[in-house]
Amino acid sequence: MKAKIIEILAEIRSEFDFNEEINFFDNGMLDSFDIITLVTALDEEYKISIDGTDIIPDNFSTVNAIETLLSKYGVK
Amino acid sequence: MNFHFTNKKISGILTILPGNEVTFEDEMGNYNFSEVKSLKLKAAMGFNKKRIVKPGVTGSDLCLHGLNYLLDHDLLQKDDIDALILVTQSPDYIMPPTSNVIQGALGLKTDILCLDINQGCAGYIVGLMQGFMLLDQPEIRKVVLMNADVLSPKVSKRDRNSNPLIGDAASITVLERSNIVTSIACTLKMNGMGAFALQIPAGGAKLPYSQETAEMIEDANGNFRSKDHLVMKGDEVFNFVQTEVPPLINEVLKLANITKEEIDYFMFHQPNRFMLQKLADKIGVSREKMPNNIVENFGNSSGVTIPLAITFNIGNEIENKLYKLCLSGFGVGLTWAAMVIDTGPLEFCKQIDY
Repeated sequence: MKAKIIEILAEIRSEFDFNEEINFFDNGMLDSFDIITLVTALDEEYKISIDGTDIIPDNFSTVNAIETLLSKYGVK
Repeated sequence: MNFHFTNKKISGILTILPGNEVTFEDEMGNYNFSEVKSLKLKAAMGFNKKRIVKPGVTGSDLCLHGLNYLLDHDLLQKDDIDALILVTQSPDYIMPPTSNVIQGALGLKTDILCLDINQGCAGYIVGLMQGFMLLDQPEIRKVVLMNADVLSPKVSKRDRNSNPLIGDAASITVLERSNIVTSIACTLKMNGMGAFALQIPAGGAKLPYSQETAEMIEDANGNFRSKDHLVMKGDEVFNFVQTEVPPLINEVLKLANITKEEIDYFMFHQPNRFMLQKLADKIGVSREKMPNNIVENFGNSSGVTIPLAITFNIGNEIENKLYKLCLSGFGVGLTWAAMVIDTGPLEFCKQIDY
């Protein structure tokens, strides 16, 4: 799952390396508009619908955070 | 707060759209972002084309165009109008009320109540509520509710947060007493502690327009806007809607003693397609039952998106058929409101260009 998440992130912001475990928002790698594109891509990839109340920066700030969120929706 | 109205109805809806159409690509070069990123956002949010007025055209112009259309086509008689409500955030003047200006321009009778209401995204529900309350007065038999917003001149063309989605439009909804027994359930909530999540900082008494307020400033996301422009805290508004609207819908359905499966359409305010899709999923209704195609075709025209969703999606059908509708508006104020109302067959349900 981690590799797929990094691949999706790289498609959104190809200028950054998402392999590093750093906070994507603190480091200017993602902004709030990128979350919308990211959620749309994750919904499509894993055939889920991430709840609107889960769409907050903390859930998308690192690859680990995204993995934790996806596991809540049964993604393995 | 809950409201209940009996023996009232909507008898006709007309929406008025500026003929001037602008596409997302026309303005994409204004934004301080890559073309690739902008196009991805366009796909997710449903940005495509929008209707905005030519310089100098105001909400009253759109309303007068619509009212004259109804009068010319014998769909409305001047002397039958007992109350004229205008819900807008873009009045022609600070004073006098724009509804009075419209009354004068049309030469309507003086035994009439003209009323301006400052409301935005929930303004259609607030206007309907006010109209239905007035119809309890013996001398008020017909209310003309106008929703009109011309906010495109108040948005920075270099603001990717707001400019791609803002459209201009007006609607006219005729409200009357019903000869058959009807029951309308409504739930309304307001939270002024979030009032500045959506605002135009300058231009009122607190901060009059000046050279300083007109200065363009870049925000953290690379958008340029001045204090004369509309500013929206998109994250806060999104979270407010996703948190507060689903329980509001459950509340109004319970008040109406109806299940969500019995509703034919959920006609909601449309800020963008992504927000509507997430709301539909959360509430547990199909995306087909909650149309989300207004922003991509016309832009977000604030309180007009609900009547526009009706005229655009079921305008022909509702002239001949009864629909059970759940309406909901949410945004500026913060205000969020919902109404369950049986609507149709309508005397008219059309949209025209200005």
